[in-house]
Amino acid sequence: MKSLIQKLVETTGPSGYETQVRAIVRTEVEHLADELRVDNMGNLIVRRGQGGPGGLKIMLAAHMDEIGVMASHIDERGYVRFQPVGGVFRQNCIGGRVRFLDGTAGVIGVERQDDPSKLPTLDQMFIDVGATSRKDCPVRVGDVAAFDRPFTDLGKRLVSKAMDDRIGVAVLVETLRQLAAQAIQSPHQVYMVFSVQEEVGLRGATAAAYGVDPDLGLAVDVTDSGDTPKGIRMEVSLGKGPAIKVRDSYILSDPRVVNWMVETAEKAGLPYQLEILDRGGTDAHAIQLTHAGVPAGCLSIPCRYIHSPSEMVDYDDVLQAVRLLVELLRQPVDLGAL
Amino acid sequence: MKQPTQSDRRLLRNSGPPRLGAAQIRLLERLCNACSVSGDEGEVRAIVLEQVRPYGEMKIDTLGNVLFTHPGQDQDRVRVMLAAHMDEVGFMLTNDEGEGIFRFDTVGSIDVRQLAGKPLWVGSEHVPGVIGAKPIHHTTADERKHSFSLDALRIDVAPGNGGKVKVGDRATFATSFTRLGPSLRAKALDDRLGVVTLIELIKHAPPNIDLQAAFTVQEEVGLRGARVAAYAFDPQMAVALDSTPANDLPPMDGDEDSENTRYNSRLGAGPAIYLSDAATIADPRLVRHFIETAEAAHIPYQIRQPGGGATDAGAIHKQRAGIPSLSVSVPGRYAHTPMGISRLEDWKNTLALVYTALTRLTPQVLENDR
Amino acid sequence: MTEILPFLKNLLSAPGLSGNEASVRNLIEDAWRPLTDELSVSRLGSLHGLRRGSGPGPRPSLLLAAHMDAIGMLVTGVVEGFLRIGSIGGVDARVLPGQPVTVHARRDLPGVIVQPPPHLLPAEYREAPVPLEYLLVDTGLLPDEVERLVRPGALVSFAQPPIELGGEVLVGHTLDDRASVAAITHCLQELQGRALSWDVWAVATVQEEETFGGAITSAFQLRPSLAVAIDVTFAASPGSPSHNTFPLGKGLTMGWGPNIHPALHQAFKELADRLEIPYKLEPIPRQSGTDAFAMQVVAEGIPTMVVGIPLRYMHTPVEMVSLKDITRVGRLLAEFAAQLDDRFMEKLSYETTNAK
Repeated sequence: MKSLIQKLVETTGPSGYETQVRAIVRTEVEHLADELRVDNMGNLIVRRGQGGPGGLKIMLAAHMDEIGVMASHIDERGYVRFQPVGGVFRQNCIGGRVRFLDGTAGVIGVERQDDPSKLPTLDQMFIDVGATSRKDCPVRVGDVAAFDRPFTDLGKRLVSKAMDDRIGVAVLVETLRQLAAQAIQSPHQVYMVFSVQEEVGLRGATAAAYGVDPDLGLAVDVTDSGDTPKGIRMEVSLGKGPAIKVRDSYILSDPRVVNWMVETAEKAGLPYQLEILDRGGTDAHAIQLTHAGVPAGCLSIPCRYIHSPSEMVDYDDVLQAVRLLVELLRQPVDLGAL
Repeated sequence: MKQPTQSDRRLLRNSGPPRLGAAQIRLLERLCNACSVSGDEGEVRAIVLEQVRPYGEMKIDTLGNVLFTHPGQDQDRVRVMLAAHMDEVGFMLTNDEGEGIFRFDTVGSIDVRQLAGKPLWVGSEHVPGVIGAKPIHHTTADERKHSFSLDALRIDVAPGNGGKVKVGDRATFATSFTRLGPSLRAKALDDRLGVVTLIELIKHAPPNIDLQAAFTVQEEVGLRGARVAAYAFDPQMAVALDSTPANDLPPMDGDEDSENTRYNSRLGAGPAIYLSDAATIADPRLVRHFIETAEAAHIPYQIRQPGGGATDAGAIHKQRAGIPSLSVSVPGRYAHTPMGISRLEDWKNTLALVYTALTRLTPQVLENDR
Repeated sequence: MTEILPFLKNLLSAPGLSGNEASVRNLIEDAWRPLTDELSVSRLGSLHGLRRGSGPGPRPSLLLAAHMDAIGMLVTGVVEGFLRIGSIGGVDARVLPGQPVTVHARRDLPGVIVQPPPHLLPAEYREAPVPLEYLLVDTGLLPDEVERLVRPGALVSFAQPPIELGGEVLVGHTLDDRASVAAITHCLQELQGRALSWDVWAVATVQEEETFGGAITSAFQLRPSLAVAIDVTFAASPGSPSHNTFPLGKGLTMGWGPNIHPALHQAFKELADRLEIPYKLEPIPRQSGTDAFAMQVVAEGIPTMVVGIPLRYMHTPVEMVSLKDITRVGRLLAEFAAQLDDRFMEKLSYETTNAK
């Protein structure tokens, strides 16, 4: 699965400009899909299975977009000013490198700081692509770039930009592969939604959830971990298994969905953790509030340094996430009354 | 009133492109001088109704949006929603303190530093009032370094007039529309410019589109009217017609090297096409279509800088299963203050660009994946 | 016949925190069963109670919404037998130290929220209010028992029992918004045996305190012709600005602003005048912070109204409300529902409302 992950994370695809990522996903899944379409927002929606007795229409969502920057002004000497796309942290920009959709590479520079104790703001930064004037600068206002770091395999741990949420995308692709490889006839009508524009407000999933109108929804996304020195206080750690989300600042997961995931993991002897995140949100929130409501939750991949160019996940957590999803999808579901 | 027949409509409809002449400027003046704070859009709505009623099917929904439809005639039509918002930012009276003095709150986003010492129109009768300010003689130099807070300001209609207005009434800046050479100066150019543009597009609707025009409410308090209008219309694509700030003044920070890199848009540079704002990433297919149109028809245009702000497209594009959307705005300085300034030429070019882009619209524009 | 005071006190005994409202929903269901023709539960757990009208179909419908979810806390970690907590809904950490709570673990455990001794806290909090993430719940049990019984995600609710004060005033947690649930219940009682032209949906919504999720999805499912949100509003009390608040026990409030259909407000006003029910106009310049904010923009849009019950000390375990105001609201809602006929929607037309 590592080569799939590498291919996905090293592709440029900030929110609103996911085309290149989508093309890769499409190649990976089209032979596994009963139905495949791209909707008006650019979400890639894949259906597998017709559904049957004891089956539900289940929507799983992982977002293809990553945070990035958009050029807002090219000055006379060819320096590029920019606006953030999604949640960009200032401290992660300084000394950073970016790559535009067309491959143009750039370095993030900063105006002189008279007070070294203060962190510069994003509008005190600029991108230098090596141009000498506005005329010879290949970048136009509106061009988008992603942060640029190569994928690094540390063995047990994997590091890259855009683990959020290409790792979720990879998990869904691999889950589809496993359902096919193990010839599993799921009783469910499974919709894998590779969503767009999550980082700017769950926009893709909002539209996709309306279109799919599922009975049950699960996002697959990254979550923070509490296992770094003097880090946030959180019970989730890398290497202890995928996390079943109880709540984040956007969603209170449906308790039946949480129980379904916990019981399935316990019965199958799969590791898991319980996640409470005091910030952040995922596509699950958008799914929960569509139409007349959808029981929804999220399976999270614990991740360190989220929204930095070096996000780190544990490879075993990723594999276990796939196993759990396969286990969840192979059996009928009876959520019961709330 | 008798409903217009199909042949009446063909007579009423001018077959040529729309123009902004004296009549349209007079209409803009009426609209800018009308008071329609978010949630209380009746005055503008009445003018809109009077203008568009003869041209097609119309209904007013439960929030007060005017939803107008006119089917085209050609074979391969595109169902297009156009939105312009009727509401403006303003105030609501919240407590009567007697002697004609009222506490108030802002409706929509207004910089509190714009408020002190301004005349207002209050309520449906446009009763004149003021937001006063403490006389300078009673202030200290130190005090003058701090803004008046909203809590300290009051709306005053003078003793004896307190009965003419009541808690719950809305108020706006008391600015009368005027021409200043190439410029227009008024309150609520955001978005009365869009409203007139939309009225003119209705009167000259090209035959290749099924037109769904939404004169929306409550844009300034969360894009609320557009949201339900888009759900009701369920269009194939949408264009929001709005105003966008032109923050294109020279830098005032005392640094010689300073360049204004965050002007958002520039006065005189033509209609501003959005790529991205805080609420929407524009559909690239529509961006391409509008830019190609501008270049082919030699209409000046500019790219509105990515950054903050929002238009009705923010609510529209996420409705139902997603609606490809774009915003095109007239640049304007000093939006959300008593006196905004826009260029007549920019407005003319905005109307020309949107009209021409609509005439060149085909289903092929949305054929490929986004 | 459900007596409002015992019913309301009973509601306060169920936790029903946002996202986990089943415990309080069951109590409401029991009370609404004899008062409605049909009861159902939405996909997110809201309770829908239908009083069917007798007019010819398809009948217009009125939706009355009050939220049944409570703010509270949840366990985020277990440290040497002490519980770390996070919030559900808007909780001011300053009211927490010393509060009795119930931890809903493998079984319900009484506990108290404690403020750690100063020398154990970061320097900046030794004298200042201690933020939520540094407060702990002490159940009095030994660490290994706590580990056995409690895991992260366990809900923690306020255990302050309700207190009756003279003058028909009740004190308790979660009167926001169970006082309004009681008002709707009173309305249903008043409607017993009376003819109704329209369908009336009594809805106890979920998750108002977090996402308005219940209001959004129930309004989408039921698509009412009109929707009224009944919620508590700020009663005059020490520290709250007097210009933004209303007297306790002297009547209800009626919202006015972009979140309220002006003709609906007018209809309620005229009815209250006729019935001599005291009320005050509550200016709401922008968003109402109630279920009405969500319901107004569902699907093609719904005309909405906000009715307020003044309440002191909102979002503390000692919220204070007047039972008189609750029954006033219930009665007003009942009379409003009863007078709805096939001409009412015409009143809402903007063409007649704004004859300018």
